[in-house]
Amino acid sequence: MPEEVPSRNPNRRTFINWFLATSAGAFLLAVLYPVSRYLVPPPAGESTAATVTLPIKPVDVKPNSGQIFKFGSRPGILIRTPAGELRAFAASCTHLNCTVQYRSDLSHIWCACHNGHFDLNGKNIAGPPPRPLDQYIVNVRGDEIVVSKSA
Amino acid sequence: MGTLEQHYKKLWNWLDERVGLAEVEKLARKKEVPVHRHSVWYYLGGMTLFLFMIQVATGILLIFYYRPSAEEAFESVKFLMAEVEFGWLIRSIHSWAANLMIFTLFIHLFSVWLLKAYRPPREITWLSGIGLMGITMAFGFTGYLLPWNELAFFATQVGTEITGAVPVIGSFLLRVSRGGEEVTGATLTRFYGIHVAVLPLLTTFLLGLHVYLVQKHGMSMPPAIERQANPKRVMPFVPNFMLRDVVGWLTALAMLAALAAYFPAELGQKADLFAPAPIGIKPEWYFMFMFKTLKYLPAHILGIEGEVIGILGFGVGGLFLLLVPFLDRRTARGEQSHLFTWLAIATIVFMIVLTYLGYTEVVTQ
Repeated sequence: MPEEVPSRNPNRRTFINWFLATSAGAFLLAVLYPVSRYLVPPPAGESTAATVTLPIKPVDVKPNSGQIFKFGSRPGILIRTPAGELRAFAASCTHLNCTVQYRSDLSHIWCACHNGHFDLNGKNIAGPPPRPLDQYIVNVRGDEIVVSKSA
Repeated sequence: MGTLEQHYKKLWNWLDERVGLAEVEKLARKKEVPVHRHSVWYYLGGMTLFLFMIQVATGILLIFYYRPSAEEAFESVKFLMAEVEFGWLIRSIHSWAANLMIFTLFIHLFSVWLLKAYRPPREITWLSGIGLMGITMAFGFTGYLLPWNELAFFATQVGTEITGAVPVIGSFLLRVSRGGEEVTGATLTRFYGIHVAVLPLLTTFLLGLHVYLVQKHGMSMPPAIERQANPKRVMPFVPNFMLRDVVGWLTALAMLAALAAYFPAELGQKADLFAPAPIGIKPEWYFMFMFKTLKYLPAHILGIEGEVIGILGFGVGGLFLLLVPFLDRRTARGEQSHLFTWLAIATIVFMIVLTYLGYTEVVTQ
């Protein structure tokens, strides 16, 4: 194979090989660029609202109980403590993102996936969760419950 | 560069021992393509295959955003066209490549017919080819509905209604193809399943058989060339013919990109099941000649519904097309067969004229 002899003077063969390789490279880029951009999903029209009015009336939340509500595209949990106070947290467990629930028998928040426990302030008290739940601010305006992200 | 060469050699040997690369290489080197004045037609099959590969690639990409339900289909395509980066490009290429693929497939079919490449021992290659044509048209028909727009909805309404005119099993076919009595979301889901799962599976088998047979028998030489006494010229498939193929494919890709950019696929209005049909409703161009023929038939022929006669006619026509290698006994014996040449030409003329009439009719008269 004579063209393998290293030569300082570019000959016809090396020029054509170079030309072919760069064309093929440019072609690949021209295909891969749109495809890779296509595969990245556009930013979703996700609700970024920092405040949500719940479809739940304050009287419907009995002491020592809890309910899940929609906060944007994520779940939140509204609880009434045995003492009668309303509190709200992000309902996504800080361990692996399962949705937590209120355990009336334990009087605190619990995650069923890996047995994580949170107290009435959202603090992780037992099991694998590494962090407390994010707490929201609850305002009761007459018949309405308004939950907002703490600033 | 010596070490790189050695590494490459080692890799080659390692793979060769495990998958038999040397045998593949031997086969590829052995493959030759006859060179004569009709050689250009040899490129059409490969071109159709290339466009099919484009369809597979863009089709997979479209699945990532498409949602096959009456509630979401139109909106998901709209989102794809408006929000997703290069979404319009992927969908437009899918739509254009579909049309070009059917076009090259038709040219491939008629060139094979006219050059009598179906003669023994290539009858099964022909049968599998006709099967692939049917599958491709089914791809077109089912894919047309998926954006769930007005035109697609009524085209499917009409297209499936025609199957209802088939004697005896018509109403059964109608219900199975629609997934119910009417064209609804159930039809959409059904067409989606057929389009992305059933037809690709069938294509894989038939295309595999088709391509295998082409390798087994080699390229067919037209009878007129075969009869000539002068020595036959050939060109090696690798790399001479393959590189010419690639030039054709790159040209097709450039054309696709230009068509997609200047004439992107439209979306239109969302299908409304209770709105009147829009004026000038048309099937895809490759169904136009059949659509127009059915329109021309009188309501009753000899006491039988014209529609039924038309459908039976196309059924017989399709069966005839399938059996051409077995009916054309003269070509099989190595004699000239003017009858089948003229039948091919008559079919082409019929299709072109009816398609032309279909596109030039004044719809409000």
